[in-house]
Amino acid sequence: MKIAIIQFGGSNCDLDVLHVLQDVVGVDAELVWYKEEDLNQYDGAVIPGGFSYGDYLRAGAIAARTPIMDAIKKMASEGKPIMGICNGFQVLTESGLLDGALMTNKYPKFRCETTYLKVENTDTPFTSKFKKGEIVKIPIAHMEGNFYADKDTLARLNDNGQIVFKYSDKNGNVTDNVNPNGSQENIAGIIDPNRNVIGLMPHPERASEAILGSEDGIRMFQSMVDYIAKK
Amino acid sequence: MQYHAEVTIELKSGMLDPEGTTIKRALGHLGYQTESVATAKKYMIELDAESAGSAKQMVDEMCQKLIANPIIHNYTIELGESK
Repeated sequence: MKIAIIQFGGSNCDLDVLHVLQDVVGVDAELVWYKEEDLNQYDGAVIPGGFSYGDYLRAGAIAARTPIMDAIKKMASEGKPIMGICNGFQVLTESGLLDGALMTNKYPKFRCETTYLKVENTDTPFTSKFKKGEIVKIPIAHMEGNFYADKDTLARLNDNGQIVFKYSDKNGNVTDNVNPNGSQENIAGIIDPNRNVIGLMPHPERASEAILGSEDGIRMFQSMVDYIAKK
Repeated sequence: MQYHAEVTIELKSGMLDPEGTTIKRALGHLGYQTESVATAKKYMIELDAESAGSAKQMVDEMCQKLIANPIIHNYTIELGESK
């Protein structure tokens, strides 16, 4: 089993994800530069956080139109698990693999802090190791994380159980007060209708070792590896 | 023929525009009361095309494929011959 970590110019969480996958989870993973057009040898992919192409045009917009994204779309159509974290989530919405858009935070500030998330759906390749309704502690670091989708799309996301994480307080209350960026319905992460492409603004790789203050994030990577192993 | 296109990208009406809101507030600090402030981005593009029609069509495609995000944006294209 091998997982690809996609590197764009300006990715900056790529090495953190590599460390977590290789050294903490213990799975074969490697960095893949965005000019690669063939990802057939990989069983899954992570699009890491950062500021690809300086966030020029819109966050994730340029990266979403690079050659490697055709290969990512192919992987997605084959049912392989793909996780987009932060800028990776922005890339996935810009590429059309995920619904909606990530706009400038309602209060236009770069928010870098611990957030609590409520796990809304555990029936996905990325959340099988969580309990439904569980509250997890995973940090955010972004200025464009304000999830927006039109009314019909939002209704569809709800009806299909595509909303995976919501910002909450540590007791699980989903309120405006704990919404860090103005996202509709406190949405922090969603999955595609086929349930193998997930995007989330929080950084699970920054919450994957006790020394970092939380190990909740590791279970996302473990769930992903578990899913690939069972396929 | 060379054409000059000016593409203006705006947020769809009713969408949050935090930058506009912040500028409106700052104008208030300077003593200017405004009804609203909205931001937009403008791109100036020079291109060769056989006719104004095909130039406009190309720029429209550019907007749909890259320059605008149709989920959140409206865009307008003004086209003229390059000077």
